[in-house]
Amino acid sequence: MKFAVIVFPGSNCDVDMYHAIQDELGEEVEYVWHDTESLEGFDGILLPGGFSYGDYLRTGAIAHFSKVMKEVVKAAEAGKPVLGVCNGFQILLEAGLLPGAMRRNESLSFICKPVELKIENNQTMFTAEYKQSETITIPVAHGEGNYYCDEETLEKLKAGSQIVFTYQQNPNGSLADIAGITNEKGNVLGMMPHPERAVDELLGSADGLKLFQSIVKTWREAHVVNA
Amino acid sequence: MYKVKVFVTLRESVLDPQGKAVTQSLNSLNYQEVTDVRIGKYMELTIEKSARDIDEVINEICTKLLANPVIEDYRYEVEECVVQ
Amino acid sequence: MLSTLEPNAEQIKHEKIYQQMGLSDEEFAMVEKILGRTPNYTETGLFSVMWSEHCSYKTSKPVLKRFPTTGERVLQGPGEGAGIVDIGDGQAVVFKIESHNHPSAIEPYQGAATGVGGIIRDVFSMGARPIAMLNSLRFGELDQARTRYLFKEVVAGIAGYGNCIGIPTVGGEVQFDPSYEGNPLVNAMCVGLIDHKDIKKGQAHGLGNTVMYVGAKTGRDGIHGATFASEELTEASDEKRPAVQVGDPFMEKLLLEACLELIQSDALVGIQDMGAAGLASSSSEMASKAGMGIEMNLDLVPQRETGMTAYEMMLSESQERMLIVVKKGREQEIKDLFAKYDLEAVEIGKVTDDKQFRLFHKGEVVADIPVDALAEDAPVYHKPSKEPAYFAEFQAMENDAPQVDDLKETLLQLLSQPTIASKEWVYEQYDYMVRTNTVVAPGSDAAVTRIRGTRKALAMTTDCNSRYVYLDPETGGKIAVAEAARNIICSGAEPLAITDNLNFGNPEKPEVFWQIEKAADGISEACRVLETPVIGGNVSLYNETSGTAIYPTPVIGMVGLVTDLNHITTQHFKNSGDLIYLIGETKSEFGGSELQKLTYGRIFGKAPELDMDLEKERQEQILAAIRTGIVQSAHDLSEGGLGVALAECLFGSETLGAEISITGNSVSALFSETQSRFLLTVKKEHQAEFERLAAAKLIGEVNHSGVLTVTDESQTVIAAPVGELKAAWRGAIPCLLKSRD
Repeated sequence: MKFAVIVFPGSNCDVDMYHAIQDELGEEVEYVWHDTESLEGFDGILLPGGFSYGDYLRTGAIAHFSKVMKEVVKAAEAGKPVLGVCNGFQILLEAGLLPGAMRRNESLSFICKPVELKIENNQTMFTAEYKQSETITIPVAHGEGNYYCDEETLEKLKAGSQIVFTYQQNPNGSLADIAGITNEKGNVLGMMPHPERAVDELLGSADGLKLFQSIVKTWREAHVVNA
Repeated sequence: MYKVKVFVTLRESVLDPQGKAVTQSLNSLNYQEVTDVRIGKYMELTIEKSARDIDEVINEICTKLLANPVIEDYRYEVEECVVQ
Repeated sequence: MLSTLEPNAEQIKHEKIYQQMGLSDEEFAMVEKILGRTPNYTETGLFSVMWSEHCSYKTSKPVLKRFPTTGERVLQGPGEGAGIVDIGDGQAVVFKIESHNHPSAIEPYQGAATGVGGIIRDVFSMGARPIAMLNSLRFGELDQARTRYLFKEVVAGIAGYGNCIGIPTVGGEVQFDPSYEGNPLVNAMCVGLIDHKDIKKGQAHGLGNTVMYVGAKTGRDGIHGATFASEELTEASDEKRPAVQVGDPFMEKLLLEACLELIQSDALVGIQDMGAAGLASSSSEMASKAGMGIEMNLDLVPQRETGMTAYEMMLSESQERMLIVVKKGREQEIKDLFAKYDLEAVEIGKVTDDKQFRLFHKGEVVADIPVDALAEDAPVYHKPSKEPAYFAEFQAMENDAPQVDDLKETLLQLLSQPTIASKEWVYEQYDYMVRTNTVVAPGSDAAVTRIRGTRKALAMTTDCNSRYVYLDPETGGKIAVAEAARNIICSGAEPLAITDNLNFGNPEKPEVFWQIEKAADGISEACRVLETPVIGGNVSLYNETSGTAIYPTPVIGMVGLVTDLNHITTQHFKNSGDLIYLIGETKSEFGGSELQKLTYGRIFGKAPELDMDLEKERQEQILAAIRTGIVQSAHDLSEGGLGVALAECLFGSETLGAEISITGNSVSALFSETQSRFLLTVKKEHQAEFERLAAAKLIGEVNHSGVLTVTDESQTVIAAPVGELKAAWRGAIPCLLKSRD
């Protein structure tokens, strides 16, 4: 399986994502610059964290007009897995691939620490390797991760089991403790915690690795059938 | 040439943590009469005259980029100025 | 159009305008002699910034010469953007610390942020990839509203810049003392990694080569920042607000990535950051170091504002700018490289061979100065030095232990002192994990960052207990280096070298200059014994408010090498049943201690003694023991002595406790701050082996009780639930910040 790590000006977790895929997951991965006009040949799309365009104006607001985002939308429509972490999540929200918006953390401060997440739905291509309701530890590092959507949207998210991760102790004021959500089809996941930072026990946790393994497993199953 | 002043604020229904913090701070400075603060963004745009209607252009800009309609509202003021 | 009416040469001389710009009468006379004429306004400005303490070290130079700066591993000592030390396999570590004290006192968020930005540029201008940041902060007491504001904003500023640019802030220290109330200290250290072949210097070689400007445009910000940093803060300083620049970490991220790509190009000749004194210092230093001259046409300098004068452009301290020299004829490929990052590279001048610094603006020559006169020939002052009266008084005092009624209560109080208390509130605002190499996060003795693709790692720390330095600058200087080395050793690393940030008061006061000299002597001795040369640093003088100096604060930034990831050790106790060892005997030493400050509200007496040879011997023993793999945890004893160290060792788990027995005076045993002491744990099965390796005293055992129990002659003197201790330690700073705002 071949992954693309999209690099916007100001992305800074691109290297971490790349190494998680190459060194720990052992799959193929390439950096893709924001002005690229095709994502052909890639099976999974990763939008890393950072401060694209300095997060000036609003987080993710400027990045979503990059050329490559048209291709990301196409990939999402084609059912390919698209994962946005932190700033990547914020970009997916701005691009309308996921519903809702981000506000500043309730504390108004940036917050960086490992947090406990609950797997709310293990029936997705991103969580198949986790047990339902299990608790995992993955770090957060953001200043604007306070998720918001209107009530109607929240009801829809719940009804569609689109809330995939919730915080055990809400660090940022996020609505309904939401840490990560998918689109209706289930192939686009946005999450504030950084699974790519939790792939090696040496650095404190390897709980994030299963997320990437889930993507690969789901992809292999689909492609073995097709083969 | 137009000078356009755009004001972007969080929608009434959305909690504004910055505004809340400033309200509390003002109250603790003994300005009890301050009951609410909403913090937003103020932007000044200089726009050249074109064939398109200026209001149409501004509304498009605002909904497309300057404000995020999911959480933000905007309003604007237009001032026409003479090029020197 | 905006334009400033500049005084002419006559007026500058007769109205003594040069004095307002920071030049003395004697210095102005020297300038006239060098030029053989009276300087114009631009030239006077150039001399005034280049001869300021910040750029020329004219006062501190005689002192800095005392430092040992060479060693087997040193590839680059002081004099370039940052020092470089070999770490084997063709790799090297680059690091430097720098202060941004004065800007942070005026505008704490931007002052701290641009301090971070500046030190990062120093490191990547050497060709290195910045891999970690540390910072050393000093504030007044948190019961002052102004201090709380400064503290919050400085931390937010460091976080705002470092998080955005994506370099992890992995460690540092924060201390609180009234002496810093009007003059906080903000020292930032950056550590970078480089392959030997990529090392670049800030030198303008090659007649006819092209001088190019890259990065942000030049505005009127920060004009005279360098001279501002060399003056005392007064009530009027607030009016100097324009001297503070605004940082743009996004621009710097682009600049960083572009410059690291540029380093790989053989078209690049030299590169230097435009830091203090901006274009003036970078261009003149690059030419002077290469033994060349330089010519620039200021009309070509990218400008953010209209109508800027030559003086303003040369002295501007706009951030996120670099000056590069490239081979003639290769300009276009450089422009293309920067264009990929949405940056513009502009030709603004060329290298000459007449050793003159020549500037053109609007068709006229606006400066024509021998380049060495600016960059090298600043006057050097040997300031008078005098031992302050307090020193002899303090030396004559006895080192009695303060009276303590309730040992547990005292321990709780010590753990709640902001200087000792958990700094979680601070470091949780820093992204300390980005780049996914941080093995030991903030909160242990030193931070440890692995070097991807190897078994190696780097340990890094900043340290300085300025109370000791105040009581006895020479001993205090030694302790600062020794403590930094202890932190490195306890993490399983071998100390490599240091960078120092000498923060002192007004050096024109003989008592302050005495502190500088003595502290430098102490640092030098410790560095010689521990074989950690000084590879660079920064001097920040005039740290005074309304005539009162800060405590002398020579902050030591140290980096160590972990040769195998398996050696990495942290301070926290690991398993029930492990044996707890204390290395080093305890004396009754309370001068400058946390207990003394807590008891009397002030400090006095003698600083703790330090025997450097003994220190070195113990450090070597401990590192050898750690490298055998039998040491479970290691922690040095510092502020608050054994009691605080024991508590800190227990804060890594929810369930562990410890049973400790002490002898002699229990106040001394628990709270004395005698130097060269360590707390280690080993598994029982390794008892004999460990005792062969290190001269250590078995003082207790780790258990499952969740309680810290201390017994003296079989009588229990402390029985404190670890949860209670931890709550006091974790809650102190958030509580002080919340209670009043």
